[in-house]
Amino acid sequence: MSTSRITLAKGLNAGLRAAMEQDDKVMLMGEDVGRLGGVFRITDGLQKDFGERRVLDSPLAESGIVGTAVGLAMRGYRPVIEIQFDGFVYPAYDQIVTQVAKMSYRSQGKVPLPLVIRIPFGGGIGAVEHHSESPEAQFAHTPGLKVVACSNPVDGYWMIQQAIASDDPVIFLEPKRQYHADKADLDTSVAPPPLFTSQVVRRGDDVTLLAYGPMVRTCLAAAEAAVSEGRSVEVIDLRTLSPLDMGPVLASVRRTGRAVVAHEAHRNLGMGSELSARITEECFYSLQAPVLRVGGFDTPYPAARNEHHFLPDLDRVLDAVDRSFAF
Amino acid sequence: MTWVTHLQTDDSGPAPTPASYGVVTTSPEAVIPQPSEERVMTILTGAPTAHESAECEPDYVQLLTPDGERREHPDYAFDGDDDLVRTFYRDMVMARRIDTEATALQRHGELGIWAQLLGQEAAQIGAAHGTRRQDFIFPTYREHGVAWVRGLDPVRLLGLFRGIDHGGWDPKDHNFGLYTVVIGAQALHAVGYAMGIEADGDVGTGDLDRDAVAVAHFGDGASSQGDVLESFVFAATYNAPVVFYCQNNQWAISAPIERQSRTPLHWRAPGFGFPGVRVDGNDVLATYAVMRATTDRARSGQGPTFVEAYTYRMGAHTTTDDPTRYRSGNDVDAWKRKDPIARVEAYLRRADAVDDAWLASLAEEAADLGATLRRGCHELPDPAPLALFDHVYAEVPDELAEQRDSYAAYLAQFEEVSR
Ligand SMILES: Cc1ncc(C[n+]2csc(CCOP(=O)(O)OP(=O)(O)O)c2C)c(N)n1
Ligand SMILES: Cc1ncc(C[n+]2csc(CCOP(=O)(O)OP(=O)(O)O)c2C)c(N)n1
Ligand SMILES: [Mg+2]
Ligand SMILES: [Mg+2]
Repeated sequence: MSTSRITLAKGLNAGLRAAMEQDDKVMLMGEDVGRLGGVFRITDGLQKDFGERRVLDSPLAESGIVGTAVGLAMRGYRPVIEIQFDGFVYPAYDQIVTQVAKMSYRSQGKVPLPLVIRIPFGGGIGAVEHHSESPEAQFAHTPGLKVVACSNPVDGYWMIQQAIASDDPVIFLEPKRQYHADKADLDTSVAPPPLFTSQVVRRGDDVTLLAYGPMVRTCLAAAEAAVSEGRSVEVIDLRTLSPLDMGPVLASVRRTGRAVVAHEAHRNLGMGSELSARITEECFYSLQAPVLRVGGFDTPYPAARNEHHFLPDLDRVLDAVDRSFAF
Repeated sequence: MTWVTHLQTDDSGPAPTPASYGVVTTSPEAVIPQPSEERVMTILTGAPTAHESAECEPDYVQLLTPDGERREHPDYAFDGDDDLVRTFYRDMVMARRIDTEATALQRHGELGIWAQLLGQEAAQIGAAHGTRRQDFIFPTYREHGVAWVRGLDPVRLLGLFRGIDHGGWDPKDHNFGLYTVVIGAQALHAVGYAMGIEADGDVGTGDLDRDAVAVAHFGDGASSQGDVLESFVFAATYNAPVVFYCQNNQWAISAPIERQSRTPLHWRAPGFGFPGVRVDGNDVLATYAVMRATTDRARSGQGPTFVEAYTYRMGAHTTTDDPTRYRSGNDVDAWKRKDPIARVEAYLRRADAVDDAWLASLAEEAADLGATLRRGCHELPDPAPLALFDHVYAEVPDELAEQRDSYAAYLAQFEEVSR
């Protein structure tokens, strides 16, 4: 029987295990990923089963982790890095942006860099500063990187394997507040959709909600709540942020005439801005209202006791839906 | 698991002390010297600068004096014959020729910029010959001499300075990485690559044609970069087969070495847990011997070494720089007397290993190389406009393909107009 009921954490763990079993060039590296199994336990048990040569507990230096992974990839390995928290990717930002992203281009394709940088991202866990951020736009803005975000256990299982199999460097965003939240049935005999595709996760006719990572769950709840108000809301899980898969998005908006984008990241120049621009360019005459954005405010991430005001929730998403209908 | 055994507390062996690093050997007879405590104190409490000026000889491995006299060193021996010295001489002459030619090409507007190696020929040629073929070299943007020894066509080096590419060679062809402009970034790549060598089991087998090493080149300025210091940490804890080769040419653009460090650079190494050694960077026999010994040490599984090649940037930082704004001619004149090429010529002549005819034919060969480089540079094709879209990714996303196609269509309009 290939079906099991798993959390996102378990899905990622099983996906990493499967990737390591399939290809002995796959290595995991990061702070506390070995003996401890990672602070979120995503790599739990993997060092025990695959050894210290394939699951490396790194020194506490993010640029060092990413920079050495570049060298390992040049030697033929497929490193999978865990950045402990979103806010600690910045020490590695230079290596990611100037080296990881540009190596294929610089070498005219002679040095591909198949490496995956896993980042637990987003807030809602009551953490101290630097543990709740959403840096996706900074990476999506960087040519040479691919950026994806999983939102559920089944995607976690498949997407991590697909990212590892990709010959391009992938920033892999994991909604940390979902790690141990909902469970889902994983049936490994059902083939997954390709990695760089968006998926309609709820059908609807009146408005299109676009989300990824932790906001998918919020938007699904909002869509359910909207039923009582007589509104049929379509929800798309973008899954891929760079490249964007505009096909399903445009098809949906052409039908509904309304779009709302929701993310935890700051609204200014966030993914919502790009999605709004592209939707407007591609289906201007189908729109009944401007594309609206719901996001974190343009402030630093606030102290935990205030984060529920910063993070878009069901009500703020529905408020945006209302505003869309008010046009 | 051999990577971290020396750090595990439950391991039976004693933890290494700084003193024990001082006697780590490349071969039983080669000891890598460390600064004495006395010397550290003298320098830390003494004169305001810890760096010997050009007038006062620093403490380093030297096998050939500026006058071309052979010297012996207790730990590092030159294992070659006069044929090999001639090869070094030839390569240094050719490297200098590449450098002068490229500088001239920049002056003629054929290159946008050029990073000169003048004065650093021995530091590069000796180090390159000291490695073995399977060793992988991670250069900065100034390692033209190393590229030459590795067999890279020097015309290929010009591409990025001319602005037709960002580096056109396949690193695997010569085990020579692409030039890296972000200061220090490649030191981490070298350590990662070395960790890969170790994971492949290509270290410590005793087979000199199999066991491999990664070499990280960087400058004195780069020694202040976090990436370089992090690379020391990773190299030490994973015991990676890597040699850090720092050409201390005394300057990082206008910043003198005193701005980067209060102590000689090679002293940093023992603090990280591996040996450091300083070599006369203008002595090709010494740079060769030290590189050979330290790479073979890493190759045998004994871990990283930091080599400081003490040299001088005789030219400007690049062709766009004006060093008269920040340094005196006195230093330059003093270093001129330590020219890396002249001393080898003096030695070879005295040994009757070269004669006028040989030198004349080498001069001719160098002139030919200059002409080939000029011609090659002129013939380098400008990139096709749409090539700017190539190789961003291994698998091209549709949205980028669409951007390219729409720009192609945009360009095509103008072709129609002009027809
Ligand atoms: C740049 C960065 N990376 C990762 C973390 C996550 N983190 C918090 S504490 C810690 C361990 C720090 O160890 P140490 O410096 O020995 O201090 P100790 O906690 O033992 O006092 C890590 C990895 C962080 N806060 N900052
Ligand atoms: C991270 C970074 N900062 C600044 C520069 C600009 N820059 C180019 S070369 C250079 C000096 C480098 O000095 P050094 O490491 O001593 O090498 P050298 O040029 O002397 O060979 C600087 C500051 C750069 N390329 N990268
Ligand atoms: Mg501690
Ligand atoms: Mg320098």
